[in-house]
Amino acid sequence: MAMAIRVFLSFLLFLSLTNLASSLYEDQVGLMDWHQQYIGKVKHAVFHTQKTGRKRVLVSTEENVVASLDLRHGEIFWRHVLGTNDVVDGIDIALGKYVITLSSDGSILRAWNLPDGQMVWESSLQGSKESKSILNIPKNLKADKDDLILVFGKGCLHAISGIDGEVLWRKDFASESIEVSHIIQSPEVIYVAGFVGSSKFYVYEVNAKSGELLKNNHVALPFATSGESLSVSGDKFVVLDDVRSKIVTIDINNGNINYNQKQVSDLIKDSSGQAVILPSKLPGLFALKINSQVLLIKVTNEGELVALDQIDNTAAFSNALSISEDQHVFAFVQYEDNKIQLSVKDVNDWNGALLKENLVIDHQRGNIEKIFINNYVRTDRSHGFRALMVMEDHSLLLVQQGEIVWSREDGLASVVDVTTSELPVEKEGVSVAKVEQNLFEWLKGHVLKLKGTLMIASAEEKIAIQKLRLRSSEKSKMTRDHNGFRKLLIVLTRAGKVFALHTGDGRIVWSTTLHALRKSEDCEHPVGLNIYQWQVPHHHALDENPSLLVIGRCGPSVTAPTVISFLDAYTGKELNSLSLAHTVARVIPLPYTDSTEQRLHLIIDVNKHAYLYPRTPEAIEILKREFSNIYWYSVETDNGVIRGHALKSNCIHEIVDEYCFVFRDLWSIVFPSESEKIIATVTRKSNEVVHTQAKVMTDHDVMYKYISKNILFVANAAPKASGEIGTATPEEATLVIYIIDTVTGRILHRMTHHGCQGPVHAVFSENWVVYHYFNLRAHRHEMSVIEVYDQSRADNKDIWKFVLGKHNLTSPISSYYRPEISAKSQSYFFTHSVKAIEVTSTAKGITSKQLLIGTIGDQVLALDKRFLDPRRTLNPSQAEKEEGIIPLTDSLPIISQSYITHSLKVEGLRGIVTVPAKLESTSLVFAYGVDLFFTQIAPSRTYDSLTEDFSYALLLLTIVALVAALFVTYVLSERKDLEEKWR
Amino acid sequence: MTLLRSILTVTLLLTFFFTLSPAFQSDELLLDDEEFGLEGGRPQTRPSSPNTAATTTTTTTRKRIPDSASDSKIQFTLEHAFGDSDFSEAGNFSARLKTWSHGAQTLTKLRFSRDAFTEDEKNKFQELLKRDDFYRIRLPSNVLSPPGRDYIVSSVKARCLPGDGLEEHFVIHTESVNILAVNYGAPGACPFPRQLKLPAKWSFKSHTLLKNTEQAPRTPIFTEELIGGEGIEGELVQPIERSFWAKYWMYMIPLGLIVMNAVTQAANMPEEQAGGQAGAPPQQGTAVQRGTNSGVRRR
Repeated sequence: MAMAIRVFLSFLLFLSLTNLASSLYEDQVGLMDWHQQYIGKVKHAVFHTQKTGRKRVLVSTEENVVASLDLRHGEIFWRHVLGTNDVVDGIDIALGKYVITLSSDGSILRAWNLPDGQMVWESSLQGSKESKSILNIPKNLKADKDDLILVFGKGCLHAISGIDGEVLWRKDFASESIEVSHIIQSPEVIYVAGFVGSSKFYVYEVNAKSGELLKNNHVALPFATSGESLSVSGDKFVVLDDVRSKIVTIDINNGNINYNQKQVSDLIKDSSGQAVILPSKLPGLFALKINSQVLLIKVTNEGELVALDQIDNTAAFSNALSISEDQHVFAFVQYEDNKIQLSVKDVNDWNGALLKENLVIDHQRGNIEKIFINNYVRTDRSHGFRALMVMEDHSLLLVQQGEIVWSREDGLASVVDVTTSELPVEKEGVSVAKVEQNLFEWLKGHVLKLKGTLMIASAEEKIAIQKLRLRSSEKSKMTRDHNGFRKLLIVLTRAGKVFALHTGDGRIVWSTTLHALRKSEDCEHPVGLNIYQWQVPHHHALDENPSLLVIGRCGPSVTAPTVISFLDAYTGKELNSLSLAHTVARVIPLPYTDSTEQRLHLIIDVNKHAYLYPRTPEAIEILKREFSNIYWYSVETDNGVIRGHALKSNCIHEIVDEYCFVFRDLWSIVFPSESEKIIATVTRKSNEVVHTQAKVMTDHDVMYKYISKNILFVANAAPKASGEIGTATPEEATLVIYIIDTVTGRILHRMTHHGCQGPVHAVFSENWVVYHYFNLRAHRHEMSVIEVYDQSRADNKDIWKFVLGKHNLTSPISSYYRPEISAKSQSYFFTHSVKAIEVTSTAKGITSKQLLIGTIGDQVLALDKRFLDPRRTLNPSQAEKEEGIIPLTDSLPIISQSYITHSLKVEGLRGIVTVPAKLESTSLVFAYGVDLFFTQIAPSRTYDSLTEDFSYALLLLTIVALVAALFVTYVLSERKDLEEKWR
Repeated sequence: MTLLRSILTVTLLLTFFFTLSPAFQSDELLLDDEEFGLEGGRPQTRPSSPNTAATTTTTTTRKRIPDSASDSKIQFTLEHAFGDSDFSEAGNFSARLKTWSHGAQTLTKLRFSRDAFTEDEKNKFQELLKRDDFYRIRLPSNVLSPPGRDYIVSSVKARCLPGDGLEEHFVIHTESVNILAVNYGAPGACPFPRQLKLPAKWSFKSHTLLKNTEQAPRTPIFTEELIGGEGIEGELVQPIERSFWAKYWMYMIPLGLIVMNAVTQAANMPEEQAGGQAGAPPQQGTAVQRGTNSGVRRR
């Protein structure tokens, strides 16, 4: 019998070990997961349409992406994501075959092959001083000539060969204290121009062949300037003075520098607002913006300023585009009550417009921020123009013939926060088709499908049919499913736009630009901050839609004014929005809801006030009841102090506000500033479910997990070693980690890793924390685990105590108990550096956990928690093996099959979110960065459901066959019986 | 033989000597310890508190003191506040500050003397008990230059403290001369909901504990072979070691079933056959009798 049990157990062990390497087959890719590629908000765009089969546009973005897009469909031909510190400063095409990018403050110059995006060469440019970086590539149509690429960066002018990236010469301007803003190239001489201080304009002449300084010249203006000068033509510059009332024209003709000045008020009658020169490069022209008007001013050859036109409600100006030898055109966009007008005009011929088109753009996209134009030859041999528009929500549109040819939702490259929402319940008797579409659409769909089956559908119709099929397929329905796989992922982007993505196929269900977070005079740089579930109706209240709380701020600083907005989670409609009178330093969702299921939130401002939302008397009642049970903490990273707080009383203001509270400090932890600096803090997820408190050890001993919601993990590094890896010696570096109770401020556990340093990435779940750091002594990354057990409950082992009710397991736990903690810890080497760590979460917390590690290669690795078990020993006993303890190894294995992103990369990975499905075994994983990736994972296999490829037909067939066999054998046996009796 | 014996005795003696010598050393250190007063003992150098009702149980972390370490005595004050009132002095901590040869400093031998509550403070404390409010304490964050960067504050619900008398428990986390945090509270349980209970005696029973940081366990480093044989492959090799039964159970069970089936059939068969054979001779008989009996049977 014992043998049988052992065999059975070892069989179980074998099964569980096979689970460790769960992965999918090649044909399963894309069944559960989806992957979307984005590029981010476009900064620069260069078209490449001449003499090429594939028309493309090359863009660089604020997410540091260099990409080549198909101009016909907007798809990505190729894309390179440079690192977060490698900001792209300029992009251009050289020699007609290379894309040249300048990045990292003008210190790295790269050439990419235009068709396929392979890197051709890379040059690292040296320099001593931080400065503006300028990329100057001569526009020369003769590709065979070796043109110089001129780069100004880090205070130096570099001349680089376009063929191999060799630096031919460099001229250091660091000693001249000049703020170089222009480089003008002529065949023999290069002019380098810029301001020294704010009033001296210097021009240096440099030999184009050798980099020799030929001469310099300067002019001292009798007043200070605003600093931002614009080159109007090869030898003329315009700049505003520091009070922005005068326009100064500087002419550097033939080495002599002259200047003219003109009052702004001479050009425009109403010059009360602040004038700004728009940075559009137009030959002989410049645009001056005053209030909402734009004044186009022509600079004549003599340096005179002539006002050409005044344009109202302008949104954006493009740079000039040369369409023939002497014809330069530019485009601008105007708003005319709800309509958008795109105009293309010749620089020299102001009165005639080459193009005037009206556009309709969804107002959810906000204003047009940038416009780039490109020309093509129409069928009637006239000039046609297409425009690439960057919108306020970071999306990218291509407009041609007054229509949007394609659009890209590149706001999704900058996801800030993610939450989820359940889908509506499928109503009985109403087909999904009717909920989603009207009758005509429904009929059309059926006609399309009929065509498809009769094989008379065209290629486009086939695509439409495919789309319809996808939409009606099980996984992309707009209703709640039994397993809870279908949900809405609600993401907030940095632009303040909210998208709802369907987990089935990743399509955008709705998107809303928050009205309060639109760019306006009061709100210069709106950013989205956080998104929370505001109202989650109980599953009986089916007619109510859940709602969301979105928090945004008008600017990067904490003191900027804040707006909050409430959205309907099913439709994206903005229910309400408030401009707050106070700032937002922190938002605390409280574990209480009112009678309409609205969650109570406390918003803490910078002036130490707490505000309660929703502002209803009922919410106040609930808060009053729980007044003394609300605790929170704040981390002052710069100061090295952690404080605990509790509510005290109502605010004392002139105006009585009963939703405003002051709070007091209950505890504080002050880290010694000379030896410790806070580098990471992590808490448990507030909605995490823990299945069992007890853990049965191999020797039938019981350990009780120390499970508290109010627990904080803090990692401190020595101040010397808080920089990059390699800047500190192992002797200087220490990493101290703390586990702190946030109600009483008790340090539950404290541990020092000598010779280790950050960056620390950590995840806290149940009673354990896993963190990742760098070990300088071993020259490797390490991951450590700490498991915290409660010793005060450890003596509840005797069964008689349970029978007689003498245990203390049901007594309420208070943080004011003196905790008896035992912590177990172990460290392992880990090969990768890490960008994010998460842990899977399931509905009931029964399923074993996996760590999801976002690696430096932008992939997500699923690592079983059992590898990070502090009880792993070198030679586990038979009993321990049966429990699933893996023999101790010094490094954590990286099994290539356990990458949940399989062959894909989530470029620029920033975060991983896990959401439990309703099915216990399954967890939904959403990874975001520049790309988005979603999949379902089952850490212990789908033990509670049949797999997708389970053959129900076979099962049915077997049952039918069995029943038939039963019947046949019954009849046969009856007959035989009868025969027997007759014998 | 005698040579061997003598070697044995020598080694025995040597081992005895070697085992004895560290014990001897530790004895010396204990003597050294005694100079400062034994752990838990009533300190002689305690400043006389106005009310001697306060008993102090002092627990210190024991440290080995090398000869090169020098030490000095320092004091720092405990301050308390009732609810949101201002802080006032409530007691005195004294400790030894050891300066090690390599420059590091550690605090050891913490002792605490608690000032007893004045009448006014008693009233305030009773007020706290009634309101279920916080009793707050604070310590300087640096013991050499108090208060250091900031005070270390800790608080507890006043209702947690009264036991027989007033009981409190301090765990002071230190890092050289800095105090990081103090865990302050009742030494045992403080069940929720907290009941209003006035202390029988207005004297404090204080427990103090100094805590320094722990060393994290070192990452195990194995030889290359072990690193090479990665965990998972090691796991997968294991099934080879399984027993015959474990390997072939899937064949064995059906086989067993078949055998069992056969056995039961075989067990049934003799009966049937016996019955059949038993019935056979009469059949032969009936064949003869059939003609005669048929009329009876058809009745």
